[in-house]
Amino acid sequence: MTVLDERGRRCPLPVIALARAIKDVAVGGEVTLLADDPAAAHDVPAWCRMRGQHLVTAEDGRFVVRRVL
Amino acid sequence: MSVPRAYLDAATAAPLHPAARAALLTAHDEGWADPDRLYTEARRARLLLDAARASVASAIGCRPDELRFVGSSTAARQDGMLGLLAARSAAGSTAVASAVEHSAILQAVPQTVRTPVDRVGRVDPEGWGAAVTADGVALAALQAANHEVGTTQPVTAAADACGEVPLLVDATAWLPWRPAPAGWSVLVGGAEAWGGPPGVGLLAVRKGVRWRSPHPEPTPPEASLPAVLAAATALEAVRATADEEASRLSALVDLVREQVPLRIPDVEVVGDPVERLPHVVTFSCLYVDGEPLLSALDAAGFAVGSGSACTSSALEPSHVLAAMGVLTHGNIRLSLHPGVTEADVRRFLEVLPEAVAGVRRSAGVEGL
Repeated sequence: MTVLDERGRRCPLPVIALARAIKDVAVGGEVTLLADDPAAAHDVPAWCRMRGQHLVTAEDGRFVVRRVL
Repeated sequence: MSVPRAYLDAATAAPLHPAARAALLTAHDEGWADPDRLYTEARRARLLLDAARASVASAIGCRPDELRFVGSSTAARQDGMLGLLAARSAAGSTAVASAVEHSAILQAVPQTVRTPVDRVGRVDPEGWGAAVTADGVALAALQAANHEVGTTQPVTAAADACGEVPLLVDATAWLPWRPAPAGWSVLVGGAEAWGGPPGVGLLAVRKGVRWRSPHPEPTPPEASLPAVLAAATALEAVRATADEEASRLSALVDLVREQVPLRIPDVEVVGDPVERLPHVVTFSCLYVDGEPLLSALDAAGFAVGSGSACTSSALEPSHVLAAMGVLTHGNIRLSLHPGVTEADVRRFLEVLPEAVAGVRRSAGVEGL
């Protein structure tokens, strides 16, 4: 499982890291993103919606995203 | 050759209307005395103030004796909220407000319940109805239209759901165009929205509504009289051409809403495309840092707004975009005014794709 530690980095950097990492996992695989920028709580779900990917969980700055496309 | 400038941030503050500028100069000659005194200069000031109050009251849809001019739209929002709270302490201490209200509304009352909005930023009627009928609610607040994304709100239906609970309507972004929608107990606005001078807020309290000044005696004076006179003149001037200007600017907003997604990949235009203010359009660009984008647009001659965190002093993203569940980074808000031409907007649309592409290139995010 890919884990990205983007704590201390400001949006859009955590979202960019997520977009890069998701390309390297197979469909059905997951990426875990750690991000403490307040904007990430809104921008990670918005990215998943815009990109058609699945946000599995989002809590306390820990986001699990499954590649479905 | 210097770059031509276009100011596209009227929702922060519209440029001073030429009529307001002239009125301001005249008012400093004729309307400077304290209207509460009894000599000739004061009586002249009183007459001017009364005429300005009658004119603004008629334009916003209230009686002259319901309207006070306060020091800013922020002061109007805070006094409006706190005055209703003070008068309704027997009913409770909770305020209800949509999650996309101006921060001065959301932060005025310590105990405030924020009701959800949908993806375009419109308040959810069920959530609103449940919140305003809960126990302990002293007051509710809903904007006529959102200042960041332009979406209008169902004010009259929301007021019906309120029953006995008084509704404060923040019509700041709406009043340049038409009188406030029906249903308010307290109405607030500000002259900076229509090209009046800064420092004039409007606070109207409907006859029979219980509202108590949140200030100790003596209450702060009304806004500066010359500024009030200029604000009233500016409102008359913008309303004289409001219908034509609304259709002209609304067509430019439609052009932006249509062209931005065609010209730029990975961009989301937000807010209601139809039921909206005539002059506001907002979009977010994926993977784009707002600050260098604003700088690039500024260098190209455009002053625009943004709800992205990097552009705010608080480093928090816009609570409006957050409540709508749309992207908060790479956000640009255009808000137009009578001085904006179609050529300005077309030039913006020419410049924007390269500005966005340049920021994306420096971040190395092409092809993501």
